[in-house]
Amino acid sequence: MANAERIHPLDARVFGGNGVVLNPVEARERISLRADDKAIAGLGKAIGLTLPKKPGKTISKGEVSALWIGPDEWLIIAAEGSDVETKLNKVKTGLYSVVAVNHRNTAIVVSGINAVNALNGGCPRDLSLEAFPVGDCSRTIIGKAEVVLWRLAEDSFHVECWRSFSDYVWKYLSDSAKSA
Amino acid sequence: MLLIHCPYCEKDLPETEFHGEGEAHIDRPTNMADISDAEFEKFFFIRENHKGIVFERWRHLHGCGRFFNAVRHSVSDKFIMTYKAGVKKPKPTKKDIEAVLPPAKSTPANEPIYADAVKGKK
Repeated sequence: MANAERIHPLDARVFGGNGVVLNPVEARERISLRADDKAIAGLGKAIGLTLPKKPGKTISKGEVSALWIGPDEWLIIAAEGSDVETKLNKVKTGLYSVVAVNHRNTAIVVSGINAVNALNGGCPRDLSLEAFPVGDCSRTIIGKAEVVLWRLAEDSFHVECWRSFSDYVWKYLSDSAKSA
Repeated sequence: MLLIHCPYCEKDLPETEFHGEGEAHIDRPTNMADISDAEFEKFFFIRENHKGIVFERWRHLHGCGRFFNAVRHSVSDKFIMTYKAGVKKPKPTKKDIEAVLPPAKSTPANEPIYADAVKGKK
């Protein structure tokens, strides 16, 4: 019987140079979560954290992170095997929607002293520490691709993009890094 | 590049994240089936499109995804304010308006090409 093997869209890619390192993020569980006010508390409890209510904030606990995307929208990123989808779907209060986007998205970690410059080659955001402090996240754009940007550390960013755009984003960032 | 204040994200953000969605504060008729073709045309197609202070809908498309409203000057392109969808139409003060007026002495470059037609000279 034939076996289908899932290949990471950025399998075996490496980039490093000019103060920028790009690393593909291994497979993760991802949930696109929409919820009304009544459901927020229960959903947070189900995955062991409090869903951030302030614009652009993230909360991480253990292997699970919740990123504020919009007033009623969060992106949940968790390690494989956390089964956050089942946990969230057990919530009984409020109105919400849990959509697993595990393999729709993939991510790249951009780090190094020139990480901000490499990102700003395609992203018009102010990425200074005052405007975009560590722990902040936001949906924005890099070149023509929509991404979710999440600052992990002063010089390290998690760039979440759609799988089909990942080749474009990777090449954009590595080209941008060369002139950073 | 313009910086647009998103009332949901509470930040001034680059315009490429946003998308203009046309005139704001247009109420959909509740008796859609009963209105005449002329009334429907007025609701559906006819927009003010005037020179000066305009009320517009915008969407933070590549961001929080929300629709909101903005008060803007259609010649200088400057924003006076943005506010959440569903909020009553605000009244910009004289000071607000003066701050976004285009330069008084307009050079030929920022004079619209149909200026003569607008003034009725031709």
